[in-house]
Amino acid sequence: MAKITYNTHDNKTHSIDVQNGLTVMEGAVQNDIPGIDADCGGGMACATCHVYVNEEWQDKLPAKEDGEEDMLDMAFEPKQNSRLSCQLVVSDELDGLVVNIPSKQG
Amino acid sequence: MIKTDVLIIGAGPTGLFTAHQLKLIGLNCEIVDNLDKIGGQCIELYPDKPIYDIPAIPECTGEELTNNLINQIKTFNIPIHLNERVDEVKKENNNWLVKTNAGKTFITPNVIIAGGVGSFEPRKFAPKECEKYENQSILYSVKDKKVFKGKTVSIFGGGDSALDWAVELSKTSKVNLIHRRDDFRGAQSTVDKVQELAKSGTINLYTKYQLANVSGEKSLDSIGIKHDDGEIKTFKTDYVLGFFGLIMQLGPIANWGLNIDKKTIEVDTEKFETNQKGIYAVGDICNYPGKLKLILSGFHEGALAARACFKLARPDEKYRFEFTTSSKTIKNRLGVKE
Repeated sequence: MAKITYNTHDNKTHSIDVQNGLTVMEGAVQNDIPGIDADCGGGMACATCHVYVNEEWQDKLPAKEDGEEDMLDMAFEPKQNSRLSCQLVVSDELDGLVVNIPSKQG
Repeated sequence: MIKTDVLIIGAGPTGLFTAHQLKLIGLNCEIVDNLDKIGGQCIELYPDKPIYDIPAIPECTGEELTNNLINQIKTFNIPIHLNERVDEVKKENNNWLVKTNAGKTFITPNVIIAGGVGSFEPRKFAPKECEKYENQSILYSVKDKKVFKGKTVSIFGGGDSALDWAVELSKTSKVNLIHRRDDFRGAQSTVDKVQELAKSGTINLYTKYQLANVSGEKSLDSIGIKHDDGEIKTFKTDYVLGFFGLIMQLGPIANWGLNIDKKTIEVDTEKFETNQKGIYAVGDICNYPGKLKLILSGFHEGALAARACFKLARPDEKYRFEFTTSSKTIKNRLGVKE
């Protein structure tokens, strides 16, 4: 279990306990947090679960797999700290992670 | 005006198999899809990815599944209208009047929405001002490359579309290619070609830059691009091309008076009918208690919606359930010889 904080674009903060093994995307979708569409359902095929990771977390997260950066090319306003939340698998190590949800996904 | 028993919106796996079911029970149908090819998400999002949960098919790719479904309905010669989006669905007496953005009109008692997560539309630039120049000097696809001759064209993106057009247009235009990182995801041979053209000065290549702003009085005059480190470069350009792939948008479906919750349409589980009589929703776009977004569920939903269409398409006839293994009528429809 890890506490994940989602900051939505309307300046609201949602802190959720997400079960280990789920992705940060699933944590958002299951708890109705707005702004993460996840159209392809976690297949790394659509770039609509794009989030900005808080800077202090950037280096602590598992490295991007092949294909994630390619999909981020298509995301709305990608930045250095952009990730696809479907690729972030929750574990105890991610406790306290803060992600910011962009103004839109496309 | 095209008259048909059923109009299917969406040529993904669910739409294709629904068409098969309709033809088996003797109804005619036509399919409209906004993409330029048949297959929906299977072909657009994951043509090469293996799927393991299609009944009786241990493993197949999105493309193989699509091709099999196309083969399965080939005998019926169903008209499929590609590159067209259904914009309007309006009641007309006991029928629905359906209009596409290409100006086609259908009249039909039944509309089956097999629209996945909506229609695929190009992803657009982030700066809001871009809308002002859209379709004039800011474009997301190339319809007529002749308009770029002798002009300055700024191309954004790192995939095959961006690279291919950069190479092609550099023959007759001044080309700037802008991408958000140093790596490109296009074919290696095209990437090499672009690098070569950049070295010789034929293409101006800007990596780690993204579009920051656009300006111009009546028409587009110049753009600003921003480097990862914050530096902004401004230059004149006649055209801007953006190639960021496609995104699914619910689009006009939202305006047809249907009960919509979180981009899905509420249906019953007997006919897969929406709150509007004669409009059905099947596949990923429909929602009911227990709904699973699986291709196999779409097949089931389509089969039931097809039977429901029979009633409105043939009000004076009674539907008779038959098996493909034994029914002569069905075999005739399939064109199989015994």
